[in-house]
Amino acid sequence: MSPKEPTTMSAPNVPSPGQAAGKPGGRQDKLKAVNLNFFYGAYKALHDISLEVPANKITALIGPSGCGKSTFLRTLNRISETIRNTRVEGQVLLDDEDVLKVDVTALRRRVGMVFQKSNPFPKSIFDNVAYGLKVNGFRGALKDAVEHSLKRAALFDEVKDKLQKSAYALSGGQQQRLCIARALAVDPEVLLLDEPCSALDPIATAKIEDLLFTLKDQCTIVIVTHNMQQAARVADRTGFFLLGKLIEYNTTEIIFKNPAKQETEDYITGRFG
Amino acid sequence: MSFRNRWRKILSSLMLSLTGVCAVVAVSILFLILGLLVYNGWRSVDWNFFTQLPKSPGETGGGMANAIVGSCEIVVLATLIGLPVGFMAGVYLAEFGGKTFAFLVRYTADLLNGVPSIVIGIFAWSVLVVRMHTYSALAGGFALAMILIPITARSTEQFMTSVPQTLREGALALGASKWKTIATVVVPAAHRGIATGMILGVARIAGETAPLLFTSLNNQYWNTSLTQPTASLPYMIYTRAMSPYDDWHRQAWAAGMVLLLLVLFANVAARLILSRGIAVQK
Repeated sequence: MSPKEPTTMSAPNVPSPGQAAGKPGGRQDKLKAVNLNFFYGAYKALHDISLEVPANKITALIGPSGCGKSTFLRTLNRISETIRNTRVEGQVLLDDEDVLKVDVTALRRRVGMVFQKSNPFPKSIFDNVAYGLKVNGFRGALKDAVEHSLKRAALFDEVKDKLQKSAYALSGGQQQRLCIARALAVDPEVLLLDEPCSALDPIATAKIEDLLFTLKDQCTIVIVTHNMQQAARVADRTGFFLLGKLIEYNTTEIIFKNPAKQETEDYITGRFG
Repeated sequence: MSFRNRWRKILSSLMLSLTGVCAVVAVSILFLILGLLVYNGWRSVDWNFFTQLPKSPGETGGGMANAIVGSCEIVVLATLIGLPVGFMAGVYLAEFGGKTFAFLVRYTADLLNGVPSIVIGIFAWSVLVVRMHTYSALAGGFALAMILIPITARSTEQFMTSVPQTLREGALALGASKWKTIATVVVPAAHRGIATGMILGVARIAGETAPLLFTSLNNQYWNTSLTQPTASLPYMIYTRAMSPYDDWHRQAWAAGMVLLLLVLFANVAARLILSRGIAVQK
């Protein structure tokens, strides 16, 4: 686009991405990966990924199994570090701040995550939601905060009478929404979702998708999904991963209706994968 | 029905009954021992057994009050040393262990598990008894702790590693530090298994005799401090059963039963406490 982009002068160490589909006006970008490489031991799982996640939008990452989309997502809150013998090169910027340089617990407080398989703690429903608040030293009305989070996750009405019951008494879809409530409780600026609906039926999936729309104005959402229809339904922008590379990244409409790359079109139309 | 089908059914029922018979054999050995112990023990135990001191050889009557208390002292000492050390070592192995050092610790613990308990007794004797110039409850507790540590460490490790990684990630993703994750999610999720391993370990050391021969020895009377020779139930069973007196044989049976009941009681109590709370979903 136009050569004037001095609005983002505050980040001098950012190499110019020069990538297609990059949005001008960096302030809008909540998260930004710059030439990101990721290694499991000697195996290179991500190749030079550069991608900007716009604030208060839903960004979907699609691609076949093993293409690196989950790996990429897991570098954004550095949960990838829990696996031994892995290594990151390049940068991930959260509000133009290198996430590798900030305190990891503070980072994860700002960047919440929901996992593929719902993973409530073996605690009560209440304690699950309160967990993040407690570990972050929340001082306030815990009960109100828990209730608020459960409401944001559209779960409160279903569980309000059994907050002290085990989280495992809930159905799969409810458990996943509980995990979303748990993540929302610490009020994250970014919410990462790693195939959150892969184990859920269409009704539970629809509930979670509706939920994502309502959360959009309060936080930035990045969702990894196997399900292309889901990406088409919920996402503002979509990135297509293949073999550890970001093949194409653009608005969802363009990706699904008029992709620039042949691989993207093949995948979207179901010609492989 | 074809021949093949019939043959399959015959084979199936044959194997089923075979496994059933073996299961019954395995269980019946245990029940035979327990039955004999309770049968003989019940006839021999009386109130005096719990309240009186042992009588001199040849005299009838008397009890093992000091040995019951002594056994408890020694086991509690061993538990106080062994469980925390074993537990922390297990946590280290499960959560922090790298490659080489963790392998070394794990391997050493397994080796230590296989060392005959009498060797542990000799070790405790040379380390504590020789230097303190006396047999003592302390030395007995130390020897039993040496047995308890590797058992606890390995079982703690196993139950902690069986906690799904996704639970750890869930806590870390909320901004919990590694220590907090372990203390507030992993250990609570594994607490039943960890505690069961601990209970089994304590039950195992409660019945150990050989290490005590070299460490706490025996005492005719009440001990007044932990640095004195101390009577214990396993030691009493050993000496009473080897004696030529019928009355002492009866006391050995009684002591055996009391020891069993003590372990059983501790076991049931611990399990009752543990049955509260929420188990991990697999």
